[in-house]
Amino acid sequence: MEKPSVPGQLLKGLALVLVVAAVMYPLLTVIGTSLASQSDVLKQGGLVLWPEHPTLDAYRTVFQGGVVLRALMVSLLITMVGTIASLLATIGMAYGLSRRDVPFSRFILMTALFTMLFNPGIIPNFLLVKELGLYNTFAALVLPVLVSAFNLVVLRAFFMNLPQELYDAAKVDGAGDFRVLLRIVLPLSKAVIAVISLFYAVTYWNAFFNALLYLDDAEKWPLPMVLRTFVLQGRSLDGAVAGEALAPQQSVLMAVLVIAVVPILLVYPFLQRYFTKGVLTGAVKG
Amino acid sequence: MTDTATRRPPARAVTASKPARPAGRRLTLWQRVKRDKVMLLLTLPGLLYFLVFHYVPVLGFMVAFQDYEPYLGFMHSPWTGLDNFTAILDDPKFWSALGNTLLIAGIQLVFFFPLPIALALLLNSVMSDKIRRFVQSVVYLPHFIGWVIIVSLFQQILGGAGVVPDLLDSMGLPRYDMTTDPDAFPWLLTLQLLWKDAGWGTIIILAALLSIDRGLYEAAAIDGARAWRRLWHVTLPGIVPVIILLLILNLGMVLSVGFEQILLQRDAVGPDAGEVLDTYVYYHGVRDGQWGTASVVGLIKALVGTALVLGANKFAHRLGHEGVYRRGDS
Repeated sequence: MEKPSVPGQLLKGLALVLVVAAVMYPLLTVIGTSLASQSDVLKQGGLVLWPEHPTLDAYRTVFQGGVVLRALMVSLLITMVGTIASLLATIGMAYGLSRRDVPFSRFILMTALFTMLFNPGIIPNFLLVKELGLYNTFAALVLPVLVSAFNLVVLRAFFMNLPQELYDAAKVDGAGDFRVLLRIVLPLSKAVIAVISLFYAVTYWNAFFNALLYLDDAEKWPLPMVLRTFVLQGRSLDGAVAGEALAPQQSVLMAVLVIAVVPILLVYPFLQRYFTKGVLTGAVKG
Repeated sequence: MTDTATRRPPARAVTASKPARPAGRRLTLWQRVKRDKVMLLLTLPGLLYFLVFHYVPVLGFMVAFQDYEPYLGFMHSPWTGLDNFTAILDDPKFWSALGNTLLIAGIQLVFFFPLPIALALLLNSVMSDKIRRFVQSVVYLPHFIGWVIIVSLFQQILGGAGVVPDLLDSMGLPRYDMTTDPDAFPWLLTLQLLWKDAGWGTIIILAALLSIDRGLYEAAAIDGARAWRRLWHVTLPGIVPVIILLLILNLGMVLSVGFEQILLQRDAVGPDAGEVLDTYVYYHGVRDGQWGTASVVGLIKALVGTALVLGANKFAHRLGHEGVYRRGDS
């Protein structure tokens, strides 16, 4: 095949640089502004890409306490409890359905898959949550989204592709189904389980609409709800943070945004290389 | 999911605790349930979840045929037959929400859908593994950022006091705030969606590109096909099945354009441009207490969405493509 032309290569390189810049610019300015001091904000307008006098005052203000800190705690709690609950339910179900000779397994699988096609929507779900007495409880953020059919399909496909000999050998040694899951299947599935944990954790961490729908009490709001009131609806931060604000309002807002993104940024690099595998197993089977 | 079942002996001949069963004797259903009770128990929490949170709510559509009052409940609210349906058909706000939904879905189909494909082709043509991996890590990232954060980011950049109006100002142009312009709303949504998911959308296309036989490219090159012709005659046919699959999935979602994303910005542009079916259901039903009529819209939306996916899938089968669901497949 012919060598790629020089102008072609340059064009390609330029396109890649533009794409990367478009993704990174908003994130970097938010981080920059969160570190900016009053003089930086005044000098450079609203957003500061590179603060000349970086300071952590905005973060100190947030962590002094108040609404934002409480919302952060709520989000952390929901994310941890929710992810664990979702993982347990998904692993159990995916494993239980990973052998075709289990009675009713096909029927149960279809029951789960059909939910990808038909979604009753807001009002029936809302009425159900009310009837179950979950309204205004944290459980309303977890139970209605406990298992994702997509994650279930991904995990089941992975379990089914493990070498059959492993199961047989374990059976010969007298291991029951549960022991096989704990001792053989799970240790071999760490990577895919890590990716699914990320998917679940991100769902819980970003939970916004279910919180809006099901949580009446502002004291129970997770971080995205609080972000909305301060950043999008422009409510003043007075009273939202304990003590006096040490930093400009703009920086504090951006610090809240950074705090909302950082947990994702922290786990992301470790899991990124497994995405392709995870997404594809699921996508092919739909 | 291929042939795991055939690899596993159907009646499990080898079991340490129990003697092997004589070949050919089938277990009764009850015996199989007893044998696999652990597996079934493990399945139970998930199954209960799907039944309670995805099937029981279907009963809630009763409300569509009632003048529902929360304090009366399902049992005692008066039945009104199809009154809610006719009320919806007479409501101009419903038609406006439907129009907005279709407009936004149409614009996104034309201007969002092709971009992950283009980006994947670009990434695929990058020779250096290191550069490609770096760009991939960067462009997948926004997929994990929630809508509240993304809308906030866009507001900081495009909004009234944001970077872009400042820039226009400094060039002597009038300040323009895209985030509150009703006419620009579908485009703003598309721009945000591109930022969030154009990168993530490349994953499935890249995998399809990887599965194209290298030999085809070499053969085409030997036959004198230059880069553009190879793209047209080898690459594109290779990814058409995946594109069709994605189109089907998209079609099924046509009535549910980015709900959280729009809900967050509806008030900034006003309901005339910012109301879509989902936000209509939310504001009309949950906020204003018009449970009956709002759930009519929800019911229609759910049924049409399902019909669209099934229909598009059938159509793809007829064209000779696999589609999403294959027959005889579990």
